[in-house]
Amino acid sequence: MAAPLVLHLLLALLLGSGGRSGAEPERDSLREELVLTPLPSGDVSATFQFRTRWDSELQLEGVSHYRLFPKVLGQLISKYSVQELHLSLTQGFWRTRFWGQPFLQAPAGAELWVWFQDSVVDVDKSWKELSNILSGIFCASLNFIDSTNTVTPTASFKPLGLANGTNHHFLRYAVLPREVVCTENLTPWKKLLPCSSKAGLSVLLKAERLFHTSYHSQAVHIRPVCRDAHCVSVSWELRQTLTVVFDAFTTGQGKKDWSLFRMFSRTITEACPLASQSHIYVDISRNSQENETLEVSPPPTSTYQAVVLGDRRTYAVYDLLNPATFSGSRSLNLQLRWKQFQDIGSQLVPFLHAQRYVSGYGLQKGELSTVLHNTHPYRAFPVLLLETVPWYLRLYVHTLAITTKGKENKPSYIHYQPAQDRLRPHLLEMLIQLPANSVTKVSIQFERALLKWTEYTPDPNHGFYVSPSVLSALVPNLVGAKPANWEESPLFSTMFPVSDSSSYFVRLYTEPLLVNLPTPDFSMPYNVICLTCTVVAVCYGSFYNLLTRTFHLEEPKRSRLVRIAVKNK
Amino acid sequence: MEQVQFLGPGMDPVSENRPHPVPSGESLHWLTLGEVSHGGQQCFLVSALWAPGMKAGPPQPAGSLPLALAPLSTFSKRPLSTAVLEALSAEESSKARNLENRLEIDGFPPSPLVVKDFIVLRGLCSPALGRPGQLLNGHTNNWAVLVCTSRFWFNYRHVANTLSVYRSVKRLGIPDSHIVLMLADDMACNPRNPKPATVFSHKNMELNVYGDDVEVDYRSYEVTVENFLRVLTGRVPPSTPRSKRLLSDDRSNILIYMTGHGGNGFLKFQDSEEITNVELADAFEQMWQKRRYHEMLFIIDTCQGASMYERFYSPNVMALASSQVGEDSLSHQPDLAIGVHLMDRYTFYVLEFLEEIHPASQANMNDLFQVCPKSLCVSTPGHRTDLFQRNPQNVLITDFFGSVRKVEITTERVALKPDPSSLGYSHLKCQKDEELTEPLNYAEQLPVAQIIHQKPKQKEWHPPGGFILGLWALILMVFFKTYGIKHMKYVF
Repeated sequence: MAAPLVLHLLLALLLGSGGRSGAEPERDSLREELVLTPLPSGDVSATFQFRTRWDSELQLEGVSHYRLFPKVLGQLISKYSVQELHLSLTQGFWRTRFWGQPFLQAPAGAELWVWFQDSVVDVDKSWKELSNILSGIFCASLNFIDSTNTVTPTASFKPLGLANGTNHHFLRYAVLPREVVCTENLTPWKKLLPCSSKAGLSVLLKAERLFHTSYHSQAVHIRPVCRDAHCVSVSWELRQTLTVVFDAFTTGQGKKDWSLFRMFSRTITEACPLASQSHIYVDISRNSQENETLEVSPPPTSTYQAVVLGDRRTYAVYDLLNPATFSGSRSLNLQLRWKQFQDIGSQLVPFLHAQRYVSGYGLQKGELSTVLHNTHPYRAFPVLLLETVPWYLRLYVHTLAITTKGKENKPSYIHYQPAQDRLRPHLLEMLIQLPANSVTKVSIQFERALLKWTEYTPDPNHGFYVSPSVLSALVPNLVGAKPANWEESPLFSTMFPVSDSSSYFVRLYTEPLLVNLPTPDFSMPYNVICLTCTVVAVCYGSFYNLLTRTFHLEEPKRSRLVRIAVKNK
Repeated sequence: MEQVQFLGPGMDPVSENRPHPVPSGESLHWLTLGEVSHGGQQCFLVSALWAPGMKAGPPQPAGSLPLALAPLSTFSKRPLSTAVLEALSAEESSKARNLENRLEIDGFPPSPLVVKDFIVLRGLCSPALGRPGQLLNGHTNNWAVLVCTSRFWFNYRHVANTLSVYRSVKRLGIPDSHIVLMLADDMACNPRNPKPATVFSHKNMELNVYGDDVEVDYRSYEVTVENFLRVLTGRVPPSTPRSKRLLSDDRSNILIYMTGHGGNGFLKFQDSEEITNVELADAFEQMWQKRRYHEMLFIIDTCQGASMYERFYSPNVMALASSQVGEDSLSHQPDLAIGVHLMDRYTFYVLEFLEEIHPASQANMNDLFQVCPKSLCVSTPGHRTDLFQRNPQNVLITDFFGSVRKVEITTERVALKPDPSSLGYSHLKCQKDEELTEPLNYAEQLPVAQIIHQKPKQKEWHPPGGFILGLWALILMVFFKTYGIKHMKYVF
């Protein structure tokens, strides 16, 4: 036992003296990737992914040398014993019905969910402090996360990384639907990148272009992953993703053609020098073999075929580390030109999509409805629905109705945690089987509560947001998929761990809702004060007059004789 | 009650900000222990004496220390910069540490032993030998608190006002970590903004003051009177991140810029609450007593702005306002594409003036007072300098809008030893690697069977499954045992 220990020490000493960089391979690596997908509606979605992988035990104390992994996040993980951290800041709504399944959707506003390690004693305290720190790092109002919008889901949000046990006691989940996302959130996000926005794909991240889009979502995901195929040791993965959807159709004067320069007003000149892999993928699946419908220029050096999100896709691959990519000119300006006009209506509708709306009239009652569509012609699949409703909407649980094709659909798992005023929100989790080719409606009625005067926001007439429902589903594949090697395959296909080949996991979010609450007349106290003061002043004045003045009866004039007579009486 | 900060050796004066109260009527006495040369620098050591019942006034002999005492008021004008506690003798620092510990354990007020002991607060070092006067009058760091208090799209100009000052101070060298920027609404990514992620200060979209690397510290609903006062006075919750704190000290020059809708003696926050000039003056006084600033420049661009500074009574505050009491501040630069006014007149001309300033320029405060004459501003800008110690002519613009950073260049070589912790760490890691033999797994994302059979937590006790059945079986068994199978006829 002692001999290998001494050997290790000796080895470490030798390495330390001999220079770390020369002898030992770097323990961290960076991969950057951009996926450009022409969407069925004519929009273009661009997904950036930057993955920093660190072969180290972050949880151990004494990690002081940070190379690619941002120190601020590394310290956060070890201080708060974080197992997994997922933070997304989003503006806009991913329209699954028209845009297809996203690689990774995020709800409008800010979403934060964290798995803590089982060594954490007071999870709520750590959660509160962690959200405060994150609000400072990302310039977002995450400090508004408190017990009134935090839930602990019992079945949703399983850990995405390595986990030996899933005790949901260590999970916290919160959404702030009101949160705006702008340049101040992008700036710290960019600073976490090893190349910042100086080189590589991140050169394209200019705020003016990124926020002039229909959908903007930036996220940070930290999770432990397998170090190698045997998976006996843990590496840490920081994945920074950014998805934008450009409305190419309107900005391109009715043409669906696009180029990097037109979208980002920049072109790429080099890969990030610190990256071990730097790729651009362009989805050319709709380029059928018999008639060429689109043309990508410059022509790609290679193509990549895989089953992504249940369907077979073809991607043109540009390797930025390969100097041949820049051979023609010094900068790479990818362009896509449509040769034939494609009918939008003929597009395949995704198997799962959902809407949510609030109905009813008046300011007393209302109904929340979620409509789930399964468009698969012959396969049913399960969906786990999670709804978080703030406490000021009082749900009537007996009105919960789940109907499919006119019949009641009984959920196989249901968990309801009622709200407590000013303490915690409603949490409703249901596992629903969606029959093939069906529409399922989940509805529940609610009553609007009256808030206290000081609890209203400064703009109460804008309304109050209700966070979107979350759908976790195993959607059947269109074609069979083979499990691929994680390290080899592109980043966009390795977000969720794949368990079986017949279906893929997807997490969808519906629209956030805006509900009007009965708002009092805020000038009412002033009116009351004015009115009461007037009334009091009038009453008091006349009363005071009555009390202090002496009233003399003016006697009618009488003759002197009569006066004397009255006096003597 | 006076708020007095006790610092032990090795404590960061700002982050470990734990004020201990001194009972009123008793005073804290400060004394200079002398000058020490430390590391080629001239250092003053300052210590404090506090005794219950000791009054300010003529010096009293305290314990065995024949030292002259100075009352607090004279001390507070003295410089305090960098703690150089290594210069103390070991005995003194251990004494101070003991005392600090006792203060923590026993709470306050401490035992009368304090009279004989003394607490070494901080040492003062002048950055360069032979120029101590420079330090005594100067500041060592700059801070800026920039506040826009208006919500809603038509108040675009107030956000642009604040951002244009932000742009100027950032350009002149104050880093983002020393700027607390509060914006009450999001104009840049507002759906009504035709050019998202931009805020323009000039019409025809000439100058984008939002920039590409802005960091907003407090935004939308976070901009409240409470948060603003907490930032100023430093009484923030313990888990507040550093970027949301004003970590200034008594060598800090602070620029405070506010804009919004106001009236005579108040400024509205978000259309729902307001701060009065008395509250603001008291907050500044609290800052002064807690030694959170050295000099302060207060600028306000609002209607009747001069009413906001007329109640100030704390020293070293210079104040500027866009309009006198009874006057309105007016807007400027209407833009047809954006549809609103882009700036207020006063800040527009201040920005125009600041754009000409560079870090080495010698423009002084008198130039700033002249920035917007009534012919341009329509309102009459006001200023107040009676609380300020220096002549405005000698106060550079860059004293507040720029930043000083003391940089010392050393020619000595520093030999880095291999980090012992990293060796131990790698050894630990190897052990860890050996321990793990069980392969780790990714969690299944939607384990349907597991979810369905997940047992809900039950609060009340229920008899275990089969208990009732077993009970019936027992009863039947007893019945048959007693009567036998042939007696079944009695039952039926």
